[in-house]
Order: sequence, then C-alpha cells, then structure tokens
Amino acid sequence: MTKYSAFSLVRHALSGNRNWTRAWRDPESKPAYDVVIVGGGGHGLATAYYLAKEHGITNVAVVEKGWLGGGNTGRNTTIVRSNYMMPGNTMFYERSMQLWEDLSQDLNYNVMISQRGQYNLCHSPGQMDAARRRGNVMRANGIDAELFDRAEVKRRLPYLDYSDKARFPIHGAIYQSRAGTARHDAVAWGFARGADRRGVDILQQREVTGYLWDGGRIAGVQTSQGEIRAKKVALCVAGHSGHLAQMAGLRLPIETHCLQAFVTEPYKPLVDTVISFGAAHFYLSQSDKGGLVLGGDLDMYNSYAQKGGLPIVEHTLASAKALMPCMSRLKLLRHWAGVMDMSMDGSPFITKTPVEGLYLNGGWNYGGFKATPASGWCFAYTIARDAPHKDNAEFTLERFNRGYQIDEKGVGPQPNAH
Amino acid sequence: MIRIDCPVCGLRDETEFTYGADASVTRPAMEDTGMQHWVDYVFNRDNPRGWHREYWHHVQGCRQWLVLERNTLTHQIGTCHLARDADLAVKEAAK
Repeated sequence: MTKYSAFSLVRHALSGNRNWTRAWRDPESKPAYDVVIVGGGGHGLATAYYLAKEHGITNVAVVEKGWLGGGNTGRNTTIVRSNYMMPGNTMFYERSMQLWEDLSQDLNYNVMISQRGQYNLCHSPGQMDAARRRGNVMRANGIDAELFDRAEVKRRLPYLDYSDKARFPIHGAIYQSRAGTARHDAVAWGFARGADRRGVDILQQREVTGYLWDGGRIAGVQTSQGEIRAKKVALCVAGHSGHLAQMAGLRLPIETHCLQAFVTEPYKPLVDTVISFGAAHFYLSQSDKGGLVLGGDLDMYNSYAQKGGLPIVEHTLASAKALMPCMSRLKLLRHWAGVMDMSMDGSPFITKTPVEGLYLNGGWNYGGFKATPASGWCFAYTIARDAPHKDNAEFTLERFNRGYQIDEKGVGPQPNAH
Repeated sequence: MIRIDCPVCGLRDETEFTYGADASVTRPAMEDTGMQHWVDYVFNRDNPRGWHREYWHHVQGCRQWLVLERNTLTHQIGTCHLARDADLAVKEAAK
C-alpha cells in the first residue's frame, strides 16, 4: 500500500494516473477472528483502525451489509463541533474534536477538515443566558467558546434576517471557532484504508442475520454468506441498533427515527461558516462545491424507511427562509433521509452489554458524525480492555437504571424531542 | 404524505395529527415495586422494523387520541381506532 504524498501525486500524474493501487483489499473471510465489528460506517471502521493502532489487535473483521459509508456516514451534514456541557459528554466530544484536528495526518488521507466555526443563534434573552452558561462550561473545560451580541453577529453574518419583520429576532450567538465540517465519505475511506493497512479484513456485501452462541455467550455472527466465529462481537450499526440487539434478546432505550437533509443548487461563496437556527431545528453550511447543505427536524414518528415526508421538507425550507431570506429563490438539488438511533436521553452508548461477548456502540441521535474518531477510539479501548475509558464511562445502558441520564436538552425520555 | 383514516373525521393528512408514543408499552401495576419493570416501561422499547402500534393525537381535528398500526419500513397505515376503544379491547382480551 503506497503512502499518499505530493511526490506520489506527481509520480502517478506522470504515468497518467493508471497505476494507483486500490485503497483497501477485498479479502475472503477467515473462519474466525478475535473481534468482528458489525457495520462498515465511520464508527465501525474507526473502531477497527484504533483496535489495530492503539491496542495491536489486528485479527479483526468489519462486516458490512452494503458498501462502506453507505448508511448514515454518507447521509449526514458533515458538521463537527464539541459544544456539549453535560458531564459525560463534554470531554468525549472534545476528544473527538482533538482527533479531528490531526486526523488527515494520522490517516495519511485527506478528510478535508475545515474549521470554519459554528454559530448557535439565540432568539431570546433566555436563550442568551443558556448560551452563556454553556459557553462557561465549555471554557472551564478548556474548550473554546465565544458569546456574541446581536451587533457582532450582524457584522459577521450580514445575510441573515435582522429586519423588524423577522419572525424570530436574533439576540446573539454562541460561537465555537474550532468547529466546522469534514468530508464524510473520506472519513470512512480513510479509516478503512488505515485499518486495512494494519491487517483488518473489510468484508462488504455481507448482512448479519443472527448470532452464533456458545451457551449464553455470543461466539460469532451468522451472515448472508456463512458463519464467522469471533471472541467478541461489536455493533456499530446506529439506526439499526434496536434490530441487531433484538436478535440477541436485548431491548434498548432507543427508537429509530428518520432525519432529512438537503442540498441546494451550487451558488457563489456566501456562507463561510456553520449556522444553527435557535428557534427551530434547522442548520446550514455551504459545501466546497457551492451547494448550501441544510438539515431539518425529525419526521417525529418511528421509521426505518430512509425516506422522509413532505411536511418536514416544508418545515425545513420555511426555517431557511425565516433565517436567511436571500435563499428563497435557490432550488433544491438533492434531498435524502437517514435513520437515527434516537436514545431516551439524547446521548449515546459505548459499552459492554448484558450479553457476554456483545459490545454496543449506538444511540447517536443526530450527532454521530462529529463523534466518529472518539467513538472508534473509545469503543476500541472498551473492547480491548473490557472496561470503558473515562471519556465513555457514562455511555452505559445502566445509566437509566441508576437515574443518571445525560440529557443535554433536559426534555426527558421522549426520543423525538432530543 | 401519510394519510390517516380517523374514525371520527375520515381520511386526513398527517399534518393534522401529532405523533404521541409507542402504544405497545403498558404501565406496571402501581403496587409493582420491581425496578426493572419500571425502567422497561419508561425507557426500553421494542423499536420494531415493520408493524408498530402507536398513539397519535388528532390535534387539528376532533382532538381524539388514536391508536393505529403503522409500518415503520413503508409508512403504510393499518388499523386505526380511538384510543379509549383500543384500550378497552386490550383489557377485554386480557380477561
């Protein structure tokens, strides 16, 4: 496997780019592995990468039912940030932010991290107070945060609606300058290449249909192309965690919901940052190709359909128009949906399960993409050592039994409200 | 657009309704002190891929709570009853 560099680019350019080798192998499955990871998205591939890199566990397979990054890794809106304030969340997401900052060099693969900053707009004095509190928690933990008043937001983002007619007047914003975006496909591919180089087998087009049992312990997976034995089975299938857990006899504090995203036709450079509307669930950024990338709210009812309904299309575009009236004549180019693990407190799971031999990474709600590197890093740690790292110690299933939910929004056990 | 056949109002667009919750969970008896039963009731869900029994509120119509079956893979709507009737039927069946 060649190392990518400016030199290799020039060398391959001179030979007409005909001699690039493939970025990862397409191996036959071995009959048994130390660890089988179910799900070849960003989280599963990152877990495999860090198992090999940090813990020297290379007898690992990643089993994917479709193609790499074809689920939520390829369906998100590519935003990375670490503006969390609940104990258990804050330092986990900050670990992720720090891994993002060095990820392209670490993987020798350009994940196009762009730290263009992120604004969370506030539309009332109460929201400003909440933002100030959040910012102070972040700064107390060594994470960058700035609070801007209306005049400063207007100076920085002049294209938003500051008129008297604005339905939700902008009072200010909390800003994280290290937040930004990354290229989502490249994250999956970079981790895949890195894991493959260290000996991990990536097995695509293999759906897990059940588990192999050894007494009460899981001893492998049954797939659409035969059995694979494993000492440890690790689920990284957010969106389908409930389904895969059910096969093992587990009920999870998760509902699956559908979330839509949109891209407009390409436009001249306009939005050089990430903006979250504070009055409705809506946010936008502009891709390198010029399209405005828009995210909206859940469809609100449980769904595995990976297709959304029109009421949310209207809701999202109404939010866009309310925030940024100059968008009103842009046409939508693409529109898609992904299915989310919506957990009962809005926070994820990286944990051993009550079933011996089964490990769970899921419950990512809307926010799985930004967590990808730390999720893989912490899950690999948990699998390798059979104990959590301090940064994912709170992401257990038992927190609901103990009354220690990590509920950033404080809305209670209502998955579609997070 | 999902359309729901309300027993009172007839076939209406989903925008008239608000999704409530999973209708398959049942509250433990009030004297039940088993912690796990209550944790299961408040937090844990079957989250099925396929037919799902759920509460909807016809908030912009007759304001009745409904219990309907909906397929989470296709969004197809199955049976739809008033919640109080559906609750009665469950209790009858349990007798």
